[in-house]
Amino acid sequence: MSLDHLLQRTDIWRGGQLATAVSAVPSGYAELDELLPGGGWPRGALTDILMARQGIGALRLLMPALSQLSHDDRWICWVAPPHIPYAPALMAAGIDLSRVLLVHPKGQQDGMWAVEQSLRSGNCSAVLAWPALSDAGVLRRLQLAAEAGDALGFLFRSQRFVDRPSPAALRIQLDTQSDSRLSVSILKRRGGWSAGPVQLDTTLQHGALALHSHTATAAGCFQSRWQ
Amino acid sequence: MLFCNAAARERGIQPGLTVAAARALAHDLVVQSRNGRAEQQALQGLAAWAYQFSSQLSLYPPGELLLEVQGSFSLFGGRDALFASIRSGLAELGYSAWLASAPTPLAALSLARCDSEQHIDGLQNIAAALAALPVSVLDWEQALLDRLNGIGVRRLDDLLRLPRDGLACRFGQQSLLYLDRMMGRCPHPQTLYQPPQVFSRHLLLPAEVCQAEGLLFVLQRLLLEMCGWLQGLGVAVQQVDIRLLHREAEVTRLSIGVYKPTRDAAQLNTLLREHLDRLVLQSAVIEVELKAGETVRLDDQAQDLFDTAERPDTIDLLDRLRARLGDEAVTGISAVAEHRPEYAWRYSVPGDSQKDSNGLQRPLWLLSVPRPLKTQHGHPLLQGRLQLRPDRERIESGWWDERDMARDYYIATTASGSCYWVYHELTGEHGWFLQGVFE
Repeated sequence: MSLDHLLQRTDIWRGGQLATAVSAVPSGYAELDELLPGGGWPRGALTDILMARQGIGALRLLMPALSQLSHDDRWICWVAPPHIPYAPALMAAGIDLSRVLLVHPKGQQDGMWAVEQSLRSGNCSAVLAWPALSDAGVLRRLQLAAEAGDALGFLFRSQRFVDRPSPAALRIQLDTQSDSRLSVSILKRRGGWSAGPVQLDTTLQHGALALHSHTATAAGCFQSRWQ
Repeated sequence: MLFCNAAARERGIQPGLTVAAARALAHDLVVQSRNGRAEQQALQGLAAWAYQFSSQLSLYPPGELLLEVQGSFSLFGGRDALFASIRSGLAELGYSAWLASAPTPLAALSLARCDSEQHIDGLQNIAAALAALPVSVLDWEQALLDRLNGIGVRRLDDLLRLPRDGLACRFGQQSLLYLDRMMGRCPHPQTLYQPPQVFSRHLLLPAEVCQAEGLLFVLQRLLLEMCGWLQGLGVAVQQVDIRLLHREAEVTRLSIGVYKPTRDAAQLNTLLREHLDRLVLQSAVIEVELKAGETVRLDDQAQDLFDTAERPDTIDLLDRLRARLGDEAVTGISAVAEHRPEYAWRYSVPGDSQKDSNGLQRPLWLLSVPRPLKTQHGHPLLQGRLQLRPDRERIESGWWDERDMARDYYIATTASGSCYWVYHELTGEHGWFLQGVFE
């Protein structure tokens, strides 16, 4: 069997070569898209975003993609956001607010149920959640639900979960540089080794994206437990 | 004893025994006394459900329904297919039934009464098919049946062999008419059932239910009945109200709401399950009541689209989330033109956000108190009849900001060219008000 034959087999991939057949939504940051299979955030899959701390711009990183997705006829579903998404800033980022769906479950269990339902329903282009858990079984269900519903599932979690196994198709870790640029490391991607970090300029163009909830009444909004 | 279940039959109990004798066989026997009112309600409910199969339907209390089905064969894909749907529907509802069909109502009823699932085609075959049935299938007075018995007439063929004159003479003209109707020799007009305009079913539970999930079965049956009724009338609902009556507590109310009108029992069942999942019963339930909300007409074409698009697996996400998490847990968000940051947004109905609040036209002068406008034929007047611009702006608020209002705002011009900001109340008095001046 020649090498060419071997390379044509679908179950063989070569290190350093990215799977290009992956369907993805461009992140809006060219440097990042180059590293992501398919050139963007994977469709029908979970993206696990692990953050060093709050306020470094994890949400801002998604704005270009969410803005594009909001012109689909499907919901962008936020399940139990830790703060109130600030409507004027979302609008300034180009997001069609009429596609934004906020779900305020009363506890972790209802929250995970809502995430799974939203991912699976096929009615959501993207689902954003802030779960403080690392149960691989639950995460696997979410990954399968995202596949079933062709949704982009974004999980924002603390980087203390970095060593826990995750079935997410893409795992990235975020931190800030001394020059306040966002540093993105790719821990896991389909058909590729880990890569990065890549430095991105996501500086405040849009103002605050989330409003701290104690300044307004958020019905039943539960705070994710950041540590 | 009128009926007993399989467990009772195993202990040797059978219909016809006295309750005392039955208790002697099984001391732990649970006896339910017959409830005529409940039977009547059940038959009414069943009729409402069966209306989807034929609009020519008659009730034969206590336990019989008569449907004119000839006209429904083509719609349901033939007789066998129709009967299969009726049979599986009845099983889902938890009823056991005998289905028989014949060219005349009385022949069909006679067959069904003998637990005989036969289908007679053609008037000429009626006599042969009924020949062996006992005369007791006729709903005649017992005295008449006894007299028939006395002269040795036990089967219907015996009866049909009797000379007509003698029959009329000894058993009355009515009896002859009955037989003529049964054999199709003369027409048999029926009192047609009229489906109720409102669906409301009330059930006394056979035993107290302490767990919410214990209500699932009975409520699903009522939903199935309701969906049959909706199907028959060609309508759909957006809301189903359920009341649970407790022995010693306030009534518990559930409301199943859907975004798009539906009559799909599977969809409603899924939502019902979500509701029951999060329901904690404070006290045992003894009665349930299910009411269909306001109905919306669905034309047949729309229904086809609906049936393929609204299968339970594509049940609307919003309905599902609301059912489990509550209405207030699912919102959209809107921007509000307001300089104080914390008021520059508000929760809104999902999908209903103003596309661009900042681009909305607002008057420079705002009246501190809106001024009521006179109207003529429902049209607002201000220095004559106001001309309303077509681009209406709906401003609604609700629980999320504690100011309950719903208004349609218009930019209105007077004959002399002045421009005003007026609104029409969508609630309360439905009045018209002047709110601002475009100076």
